[in-house]
Amino acid sequence: MLANALSLLNAVVTPVVTGDSGFVSPSIDEFYPEAILFGGTPFALNRIMMIRILVLVLLSVLVLAWARTFAKAYATKNYVPSRFQMMGEIAVGFVRKSIAHDQLGEKDGDRFLPLLTTIFFIVLGMNITGIIPTLNIAGSSLIGLPLVLALGAYVTFIYAGFKKHGFGFLKTALLPSGVPTVFLPLVFLIELLSTFILRPVTLALRLTMNMVAGHLLLVLCFAATQYFFFESSGIFKVMGVGTFTFGFVFTLFEILVAFLQAYVFTLLTTVYIQLALADDH
Amino acid sequence: MHLETVAAAAVGMTGSLGNVGYGLAAIGAGIGIGLVVSKTIESIARQPELASRLQVTMWIGIAFTEALALIALATPFIFGK
Repeated sequence: MLANALSLLNAVVTPVVTGDSGFVSPSIDEFYPEAILFGGTPFALNRIMMIRILVLVLLSVLVLAWARTFAKAYATKNYVPSRFQMMGEIAVGFVRKSIAHDQLGEKDGDRFLPLLTTIFFIVLGMNITGIIPTLNIAGSSLIGLPLVLALGAYVTFIYAGFKKHGFGFLKTALLPSGVPTVFLPLVFLIELLSTFILRPVTLALRLTMNMVAGHLLLVLCFAATQYFFFESSGIFKVMGVGTFTFGFVFTLFEILVAFLQAYVFTLLTTVYIQLALADDH
Repeated sequence: MHLETVAAAAVGMTGSLGNVGYGLAAIGAGIGIGLVVSKTIESIARQPELASRLQVTMWIGIAFTEALALIALATPFIFGK
């Protein structure tokens, strides 16, 4: 009976994997499309680079428009916000209140607010392109951009620590007080690894890998749907409905992930700054 | 005889062992995230007024736990081949 089940399973799986016209499963090559402009030079622009530039331009226009609206409202003492201004206030106020002020307090929160707002909006903008039709790939799905943002966060929290404590920052970060002397070398090594190496690496990797995995899932779902609907026959056409539903649900999930990763990236940057600023107990 | 069929199928299996490895790595992160979230839900049920603070801590905890599975996802690209 088990043999029967296995052969049945084989019959079900085989047409999907090695069908006549062939189902091409997505691979990591998805993230290395051909160059569109300046191919062969170090400035080669492929689809992902174009999307990044597009997002940056759109973000700049949006933020400048918000800044003008805010300044105008402030100058004319018009305290009834327009719809556009309201959106801006909610978006910027979210980073300011529920991330910066909650973790750092008002004074330090406002000090680091420009960096945090920049990180939040860039990450969000780059993530959301992953589910926008016709763009369909997240600008942050290659390690370069998350790495730059993570380096920004890294430099900032180290700067914050040194500015506040001088070289005492290294002592509080690497040799926390209250640890038995026997364990100090071990704690030193662990803290060195986790604070100065793993923090930026995980910041960048978390964002990249979430976007990579999300994109591959979506491609898998919709490629399978296309295959089932147009290239297979009989019962398999019905399975296309299932894969399409999965694709749709995962698209919704990706919207959540895009916001969540922007939030988590900003929140972790804030927490790292807060840990660097905290006094030794 | 049936066991032999299964064994033959198992021996004849092709593909990357890395896939199995990632599945194993995901177990740890899955259990970890489950623990973080379940404890947060418990705490919020006990003290609903602390919900917003607990949620922030929960996201940080999830981010750290999840990082392990994501590092596992990245390793084939770095060390593979």
